[in-house]
Amino acid sequence: MSEIKYIERDPLYVVAPSTVSQATKRAGKIIVWSSFILMVVIAVIQTLHSNEKISFGFSNWRPVLYAYVLWAVAIGYSRVLIYGERGKRNLFVFPAVMFIISIVIFPLLFGLYISFTDWNLSSIDGRKFNGLDNFYQMISDPYYWNALKNMIYYVLAVLVEFTIAFLLAILLNSQIRGRKFFRIAFLIPLMLSPVAVSWMVGKSMLEQRFGPVASFARWLGWDTPTFFSNPVIAKLTMMCMDAWTFIPLMIIMLLAGLQALPKEVLEAAKVDGANKWALFKNIIFPIMLPVSLTTLVIRIIFKLKLADIIIIVTAGGPGGATDSVTSFIVREYRDRSNVGYGTLLSFVYLIFIVILMTVLIRFVNRWLQRAS
Amino acid sequence: MKNNLSEKIIIYGILLLWTFICLFPIYWTATTSFKTAASVTQGLLIPWIDFEPSWKGWRNLGFSPDTLFVESNPREEFLARFFNTAFISASASALAVILGSFAAYGLSRFNYKFGFMRNPDISFFFLSQLILPPVVLALPVLVLYRELDLLDTHIGMILIYTLTVLPIVIWIMRDQFNAVPIELEEAALVDGASVWMSFFKIVLPIVLPGIASAFILCLILCWNEYFLAALITSTDAKTMPVMVASQISSQSIKWWNMAAISAALCLPLIIVAIFLERYIVKGMAAGAIKG
Repeated sequence: MSEIKYIERDPLYVVAPSTVSQATKRAGKIIVWSSFILMVVIAVIQTLHSNEKISFGFSNWRPVLYAYVLWAVAIGYSRVLIYGERGKRNLFVFPAVMFIISIVIFPLLFGLYISFTDWNLSSIDGRKFNGLDNFYQMISDPYYWNALKNMIYYVLAVLVEFTIAFLLAILLNSQIRGRKFFRIAFLIPLMLSPVAVSWMVGKSMLEQRFGPVASFARWLGWDTPTFFSNPVIAKLTMMCMDAWTFIPLMIIMLLAGLQALPKEVLEAAKVDGANKWALFKNIIFPIMLPVSLTTLVIRIIFKLKLADIIIIVTAGGPGGATDSVTSFIVREYRDRSNVGYGTLLSFVYLIFIVILMTVLIRFVNRWLQRAS
Repeated sequence: MKNNLSEKIIIYGILLLWTFICLFPIYWTATTSFKTAASVTQGLLIPWIDFEPSWKGWRNLGFSPDTLFVESNPREEFLARFFNTAFISASASALAVILGSFAAYGLSRFNYKFGFMRNPDISFFFLSQLILPPVVLALPVLVLYRELDLLDTHIGMILIYTLTVLPIVIWIMRDQFNAVPIELEEAALVDGASVWMSFFKIVLPIVLPGIASAFILCLILCWNEYFLAALITSTDAKTMPVMVASQISSQSIKWWNMAAISAALCLPLIIVAIFLERYIVKGMAAGAIKG
């Protein structure tokens, strides 16, 4: 990021006559405002209708959505009318920005409001503002903190996954036959839906009576292999299943890094008689540092969303030992009547994540700068 | 020489072990779908030698040879879910690729200023969506969708899926566009083409492989997505992972049925992996190399 310098000139410099007449500019503004007013009018009608102040109106809020889309299109079009060539360039980024604002920012603001309410989705009473009650409830909710603690373990497991992935990437990068076969085979777990993995591995292979893994464990001398009743073992099992699906991602990213290593440096080191371990420690690992850190950050991002296999295989059990924050909140939504509480929990989690990722990325950047 | 040989054995040993770990669950699922109750409970592994394969699992799904041309409700249901999943993931990926490519191109070619936001801020704004866990959006989107009558509709699913994969497209495509020399477009602009013309006529053909990678990655993610689909869909737009998950939680389900439908859920992407591995790897590698 830091190498981007601000220059007034665009990287792609366009010499364009920017002659936009006053009339066109005015037309642009009229389009935006008229569509905006249309949207407001429809929204007001619908608000009044849904509060039963007036009898006419629409059966749902869809027309407001259409008006909103129309307004967004009008803004985009007016950019061109008002700013000419400059506006056309804005159109590259504008749709994506608008899309994210519509689907993320509005729901987030709404969610923030919900998290301070007591709201039973099925009752007709609607939302009741209850201030910080949800927050106090969270402070004294041992299961939420337990889920957060589990997340720490799950994230730490990434380091083990990374070690395995690095080893396999190095092996794949060495002089071997059938590299393409191995690459495809290694990639396949990533293709599988977590839902399918939950059944294939979690429910059938780990089945205690006749699952093949259980049979194997029995053969090894573990008399009563149960994978989901002991808290520690259950957590480890979950980590393994998640690792199984995501190690391929890390292998591929690390392999790409290994293939981009400068060949001359490696040759020179070999000529100088460096042994394999020294080669790895002094050359490969330092050069791979940026790729490794990117891989770790991406993997941690995915890890923080961990939910599907837990929801399906253990539903957080035994006693919350395998709960991730997401699976816990899902249970909270399903079991309790107050959805405001669950929403608050998810927002607190989001804050934790943002802090963690900010610190992590800062740390990574500083480390990289010091290394280079 | 001896040292070299033992090293080779270790390398191939580890690689083959990991291949076994990767592929065994798939082998297990595929064979289980042809088992009967007796062969399941005995934990038999090899078809024809250990046990006699039967079409039981696939018959219940309507895909065995004798039921293939007979009317079958489970098959109708399955195919409906299959097409839902395919349609939603393909549309969402296409939309994400279109929006994302435009944005990435703009960010790589022009300096923007939206309020206080400059190009790096806008890039960060896009990429930061990647860390947003779906659970945070879940309930607000559910309520919003209910008001907008978008629950259980294809368009609703497409919009939310587009959102989840958009940052990935921008991440991949930004590098792709940065790798295209600007001189090509400058030449076109001098010849009188507009910015959009030069984008479509010159840049787009060059980055087409990159777009394919981004599209396939999005497709995989959308195809497998379960959490949001379970929340938003109920009947009309229900996707395959939701269907499979609901079968898993029902107690009465038979192993051979479950194995058959899990296999059917995974099969399309395994085929994709085998034939389009190059693109998938390229897409993921693009993210890694930049660092």
